[in-house]
Amino acid sequence: MSTNTPSSSQPAVGTARVKRGMAEQLKGGVIMDVVNAEQAKIAEDAGAVAVMALERVPADIRKDGGVARMSDPNMIEEIIDAVSIPVMAKSRIGHFVEAQVLQALGVDYIDESEVLTPADEVNHSDKWAFTTPFVCGATNLGEALRRIAEGAAMIRSKGEAGTGNVVEAVRHLRQIKGEIAKLRGYDNNELYAAAKELRAPYELVAEVAELGKLPVVLFSAGGVATPADAALMRQLGAEGVFVGSGIFKSGDPAKRAAAIVKATTFYDDPKIIADASRNLGEAMVGINCDTLPETERYANRGW
Amino acid sequence: MSSSSTPVIGVLALQGDVREHLVALAEADALARPVRRPEELAEIDALVIPGGESTTMSKLALLFGVMEPLRARVAAGMPVYGTCAGMIMLADKILDGRDDQETVGGIDMVVRRNAFGRQNESFEQGVAFTGLEGGDVHGVFIRAPWVESVGAGVEILASLHEGTEAEHIVAVRQGNLLATSFHPELTGDHRVHAFFVEMVRAVSHGG
Repeated sequence: MSTNTPSSSQPAVGTARVKRGMAEQLKGGVIMDVVNAEQAKIAEDAGAVAVMALERVPADIRKDGGVARMSDPNMIEEIIDAVSIPVMAKSRIGHFVEAQVLQALGVDYIDESEVLTPADEVNHSDKWAFTTPFVCGATNLGEALRRIAEGAAMIRSKGEAGTGNVVEAVRHLRQIKGEIAKLRGYDNNELYAAAKELRAPYELVAEVAELGKLPVVLFSAGGVATPADAALMRQLGAEGVFVGSGIFKSGDPAKRAAAIVKATTFYDDPKIIADASRNLGEAMVGINCDTLPETERYANRGW
Repeated sequence: MSSSSTPVIGVLALQGDVREHLVALAEADALARPVRRPEELAEIDALVIPGGESTTMSKLALLFGVMEPLRARVAAGMPVYGTCAGMIMLADKILDGRDDQETVGGIDMVVRRNAFGRQNESFEQGVAFTGLEGGDVHGVFIRAPWVESVGAGVEILASLHEGTEAEHIVAVRQGNLLATSFHPELTGDHRVHAFFVEMVRAVSHGG
């Protein structure tokens, strides 16, 4: 056979290609946080490529305090039944049993998320052990590569969820893109030390240096509240965006959701972004990240 | 195609795995470029509709005025290749779509969306593809559709057998339109893209 791809007449599920390939299909799109079937339908109507099913959006998790956990299976199933687009759901960091439950429920992607209260302060879940693909957050390249080494099939820059403030999303995406650009300039001798410095496997570091990008899809998350925010993250190099509290904590969720979808596709066309930004009603109020105590910064969770 | 013999092939870039198709087309000796606007449709010899979320793609195509000019070009004989969501977009009729979901249409077939199941059922498998040399194509099926039935003018290029009973059609051609349930753009094997580029050349040379 002339192809270099091993081919078999038997179907193989849960392979890295199938998991990473799923994220490739989401590119250029918006993934929206929803807390019930009604919101999920609004998201789908607006053109979301997927929804993230969770009990409380991050802004409410911040407000309510306490331990934030995986959502009720009934609620996740209602959302799966309500829409035809992919459904993602969150497990706590290191809580591989929550992840097992989410896989059993048939969600299409598991977000091992710092927005929930971590269950393990040392270990993340072994994501290779699952058929369902995982997306994980990262604030820098080393963190992204450690998650990929554990089996993550998609990365999102963390930002600071539930603030409506894009500043941390920008910081983390610039950090990741900047570190990738730096690796591009290294010669082979320097990649070993770079791997040590990044605290990431050499093989992945060498792969990123060669590709000039992560080996998996990179989205942005945490603080996107307006069409211009979404377009900003795209222009900075995100392949798509997660929008959490920004939509359903705003005055007119359906309109804002559709506007963010438009601006994500035409991220480099200011005229379209301007049109999408008109008369959207109240944006979510937002939090100034400078005044956020260290203990309330979700981005510090995970390592 | 104007003076050059290298066809200009657009990739519908409203959403989806556009980059992989641009790479595959370039390696199959086409000039590939992303297309998002109605006026950009006029500048291409052929189009690829990528994998992605068909509901999102359909909505954006309507919203930004791409749907009607695209239908007109398809009716006028422009070659189009659709993978996964792109296959759904080329179907005259779809099942399990959203109630208001529109397609470009052009292939006389009924396509069932997400027919192979959710992501946990996504799989890769060798596929015998009629007309391609060099053995099976490696099929990557992601929340993939299948073709439920086809009209008389549609040529079936590949099918999958499930056990001894069901046979699911996963690649078809009708005239200048080509569609696969799976994603050759994710494999590094560009034979299906080369097959499409040859279709485009044949049309351009009046063949």
